[in-house]
Amino acid sequence: MSKEILSVQDLKVNYGPIEAVKGISFDVYEGEVVSLIGSNGAGKSSTLRALSSLIAYSGQVSFLGEPLNGIAAHKVVKKGLIQTPEGRGIFLNLSVRENLELGAFLRKDRSNIKKEMDQCFDLFPRLKERLNRSAGTLSGGEQQMLAISRSLLSKPKLLMLDEPSLGLAPKIVLQIFEIIKKLNKEDGLSILLVEQNAAMALKSSHRAYVLETGKITLSGKGEELFSSDAVRKAYLGG
Amino acid sequence: MEDFLQHVLNGLNLGAIYALIALGYTMVYGVLQLINFAHAEVYMLGAFSIYYSNKWLHLSDHPGWTSFVISILIAVMVCSLVGLTIERLAYRPLRGAPRLNVLITAIGVSLFLQFSGQAVFGADPKLFPQVLQDKDLIQFGQIQIRSFDLTIIGVSLAAMALLHFLIHHTKMGMAIRAVRHSRSSASLMGINVDLMISLVFVLGSSLAGVGAVLVGLKYPKIDPLMGMLIGLKAFVAAVLGGIGSLPGAVVGGLLMGLSEEMVVAYLSSTYRDALAFGLLIVILVFRPSGLFGKYEVEKV
Repeated sequence: MSKEILSVQDLKVNYGPIEAVKGISFDVYEGEVVSLIGSNGAGKSSTLRALSSLIAYSGQVSFLGEPLNGIAAHKVVKKGLIQTPEGRGIFLNLSVRENLELGAFLRKDRSNIKKEMDQCFDLFPRLKERLNRSAGTLSGGEQQMLAISRSLLSKPKLLMLDEPSLGLAPKIVLQIFEIIKKLNKEDGLSILLVEQNAAMALKSSHRAYVLETGKITLSGKGEELFSSDAVRKAYLGG
Repeated sequence: MEDFLQHVLNGLNLGAIYALIALGYTMVYGVLQLINFAHAEVYMLGAFSIYYSNKWLHLSDHPGWTSFVISILIAVMVCSLVGLTIERLAYRPLRGAPRLNVLITAIGVSLFLQFSGQAVFGADPKLFPQVLQDKDLIQFGQIQIRSFDLTIIGVSLAAMALLHFLIHHTKMGMAIRAVRHSRSSASLMGINVDLMISLVFVLGSSLAGVGAVLVGLKYPKIDPLMGMLIGLKAFVAAVLGGIGSLPGAVVGGLLMGLSEEMVVAYLSSTYRDALAFGLLIVILVFRPSGLFGKYEVEKV
């Protein structure tokens, strides 16, 4: 059994009186792609925001064996828990290059950063062409590529991707998921994926959890869930 | 014609100072969407810091560049400290609060400092120590260029250039710009957002400190309420230029200084303050987001 990277026990998130996440437990092991699927408002993004300490939560979260509770957001990043947020979180007022440099904000190893930036350009050649342009001029797909590259430059021990397919053309979605799989297979990157696009997510994941109105209702291997009747009915159009 | 050029020179002088102070408003607005009304009092305290430190250091006994630079450093340090303290004690506890609450707090801090100033320093005006001597440099027919004029313009430009460099060519500046765009995205990069906000207060307050020394030299009468009007006008300048925009604050400041000088010169000095606010109304009617401002669509 490989090492446990992230363990979440009884995670709860409240927005005032509204309970968005009602006590969920899940874990991610080294080298896995795990996805949380569910419809809009199921609490997927709230879960990721909580794990990144962007919002308050209760429950036990441990990352690489250390508790994460109460740690400021920028320190969570330092530990290697990196999130590509919903809507990509690109700094539209900055250039593409500056966005990438911000991904490496906490790092001092300049020569490695340069090398890794070049590796990102191998994955996404279009970013290189647009390096000095304002990130606001990029298309949605390019912004998602930038967001993923930027997260990679943060040297993630676990990469959390929030809806990487959102608002993108099907062809680009395929491309993004190919890259997610590649990062996991070739570089051994552990990934926690949140998706509404259940079919894509399940096909690319080792394991998955189904989230409904703040609770986990199903969990299992990606392929098993993909072929299970309950999931097919609810999320894959029969 | 010569008259006109003289007025332009005076207007630029005044405008450079408005611009320095306007930058402080606009920078804080950029990261917090807050009008930091207490900024004017930071400026006031900068002026008083020189008044009181002069009692110990006697800088005005040896007027010259050394004394001038020391004064600037003192004012910058005191203002930074005051700005930091205000942010830490008054604004940071309200980070998640509705904007209006923070705005009211800002007004409260401003009034608190004004009247504490009156209680501590006394309400009567004091004389700002002349740490630098004004010299008649060039007499060009009617145009008279004094060394203070050049000092004010030169020092303001240098301070703005330094700010530009810090914001656009350093890692810290990049982080500040990231925070301006989105605080949560910035923290996902590992940026300590609170630290960057503190730095913005340090930068803005430092400029107010520089402004305080320059104004003190040119108009040496200082009192605890001295920040009120100049602060209000600098704020108007920042809004004119488009609040949140650094070039906007500079252009707004210069525009404000120039037009004020022209009104005094060619209309009547009675209207100088009416103009400041009249100008604001006119520009906001035609360009509601200011000269350099962008309409921002509310993010969902």
